[in-house]
Amino acid sequence: MNNDFLVFDHVTKRFGALTAVDDVSLTVGKGEFFSLLGPSGCGKTTLLRMLGGFERPDSGRIYLEGRDITDLPPDRRRVHTVFQNYALFPTMTVWDNIAFALKLAKTPKEEIEERVDSMLEMVQLSDQAWKYPNQLSGGQKQRVAIARALVDRPQVLLLDEPLAALDLKLRQHMLIELDAIHDQVGITFLYVTHDQGEAMSLSDRIAVVNKGRIEQLDAPPKIYEAPASRFVASFIGDTNFFCGEIVSIDGDYCNIEVEGFPQIRAFNDKQLKVGQRVDLSVRPEKIRVTSTPPLPEKGASINVFPSKVKDIVYQGVYTKYWLQSGSLQVSALKPHSRFLLDQETITWNDEVFVWWHPDDGYMVEVK
Amino acid sequence: MNNPLRSKKAEWVVTTPSFLWLAFFFAVPAVIVLAFTFHGHDASGGVGDWSLSTWRELVDPDYPAIVWNTLRISFEVTVWSILLALPCAYAIARMNARWRGIVAGAIMLPFWTSFVVRVFAWKTMLHPDGWLQACYLGWLNVRAWLFGWLPGFLQEFLLWAGFAAPGAVDPASSTILDSETAVVLVSVYSFLPFAIMPIYSAAEKFDFSLLEAARDLGAKNFYAFRRIFIPGIRQGIVSAILMVFIPAVGSYVIPQMLGGTNCVLIGNKIFMRAIQNRNIPHASALATLMAVAVLVPIGIAMLWKRRQDARDKRRLDEQTAKLAVGGGGR
Repeated sequence: MNNDFLVFDHVTKRFGALTAVDDVSLTVGKGEFFSLLGPSGCGKTTLLRMLGGFERPDSGRIYLEGRDITDLPPDRRRVHTVFQNYALFPTMTVWDNIAFALKLAKTPKEEIEERVDSMLEMVQLSDQAWKYPNQLSGGQKQRVAIARALVDRPQVLLLDEPLAALDLKLRQHMLIELDAIHDQVGITFLYVTHDQGEAMSLSDRIAVVNKGRIEQLDAPPKIYEAPASRFVASFIGDTNFFCGEIVSIDGDYCNIEVEGFPQIRAFNDKQLKVGQRVDLSVRPEKIRVTSTPPLPEKGASINVFPSKVKDIVYQGVYTKYWLQSGSLQVSALKPHSRFLLDQETITWNDEVFVWWHPDDGYMVEVK
Repeated sequence: MNNPLRSKKAEWVVTTPSFLWLAFFFAVPAVIVLAFTFHGHDASGGVGDWSLSTWRELVDPDYPAIVWNTLRISFEVTVWSILLALPCAYAIARMNARWRGIVAGAIMLPFWTSFVVRVFAWKTMLHPDGWLQACYLGWLNVRAWLFGWLPGFLQEFLLWAGFAAPGAVDPASSTILDSETAVVLVSVYSFLPFAIMPIYSAAEKFDFSLLEAARDLGAKNFYAFRRIFIPGIRQGIVSAILMVFIPAVGSYVIPQMLGGTNCVLIGNKIFMRAIQNRNIPHASALATLMAVAVLVPIGIAMLWKRRQDARDKRRLDEQTAKLAVGGGGR
């Protein structure tokens, strides 16, 4: 993979007093499915618009295949966007919408027909070619927008929250289709979303953006399991934070003193020393909830805390618990891999044990 | 509310007043005007008995030229108004709400003054000693120069249709007052708000991200404007054309005050027949002719639209049929 295919080099963009993009540098490889993930207003869309040519950075350069494209107008870049609202041309048929870029490029007529037809086939809309956009469903419009942007084989396809306007079922279906289309065309996809689920399931790599800066750039499992900051840990999925001071070191492990809570044992992967303060993140699904404590031979070193069940949400696949543990609230997620009706049930106000292995906590921030 | 009979009744209650208004103040007068044309007239200015004499007397050697000039000038006024209104409406639609209000208010401001007073003000501005006269001579020269560059057949066509006059520009005899140019200029001035407003209200609803999408796919700014914006506000343009063309055809005050004897339109003729000659049936016949002249192009436009829709539907049907024949399973 050529890693210098698309390069943002110290790019900054301000709107008045607001710094939308703050000194961002990143590289995207050729053919990669790359996501910009962050809350609304974090600057991810501004990054996308600068690549599309709709905004010009105040400083920094953008390179595409070694060429500086920072000052090129949108029509001189081989970069196409799938807009959030699709932006299909309402006065043109589906066929004419898809043919738009090819007609502009003065492609020969036979080639236009061939390529538009093959695009229609790819997005399974051959029978809708002569309809107008307002005669299509949301999912169909979405597919037309993708076909229109891919028909002249751009260097990069930008997708700006493309699934946000679809309902849940359709969104899941389109996720699979998008993935298939990416595999088929092999074009670099740059995907902007605030939905961590979409980003996780599609991306080769994700850049988590917050307040105009990249908080973390990694493959999805690393983003989830080893978040680089409190923000990343809480934005991607749920987590429990335990903030405290390291009181003792025991080989690769350390003990953390958390106010209003027994000492927590954790893997000391950041090689911290006694006296340093740290934020430990433990994901709910890594925390077990049982009515009896775990067997002692499982290791005296695991974290076990007596707790009281405050709230339960049963979801079929799993149950989510909120527990009072010492003076802290802990959330835990119990997947149901066995037939649930045969199991003993935990209910409100039960005295239970929450426990997790020291390796399952992750130190996100050192103070 | 779910009772269809009741909602039908409510619909009637709501629409009846406007229906009655139209019936009394539009349909009935129109029928009366039409009926007058089948009457003769008497010497005292009254309407005579039923007869076809009015239609028979309508042959006047001047009329074809006057009708043609009226349509040609209305066409010119419409074209200029639309060309000016398009960028105006586009700019207003892209402004923020505050400026939109201010500019839209400024466009409406002239309506606070009487139309006749405004046209009279133009009479002063177009005085032969004024600067507009100088501009006019310059414009005539530019027009003559441009005309010289056109291919011969086009020159002949423009001369034949009356859009251009042969010969060199004579500064002494070319005054902007009492010229066709004055009529076109002031008509455009008067009707421009009627062109801007419908186009603006269509442009306001236009999704400007479509222009970005076009740019994104490789279109230059002007191409996106032409291919995406203009078709997108088509409805507004059509109503703007009607809003300008129809009053322009019926225009009477402007040619009367600024056109002199060089620009007599059908509106002036109707006035002359009705008030000076006291021949109401004859004036009615001219008015009927004028209405037909306006209705014909609208009818053609509607037919064209219907044909377009039919074409789209046919294409869709053909496509569906083709897919059904070519093995339905995919």
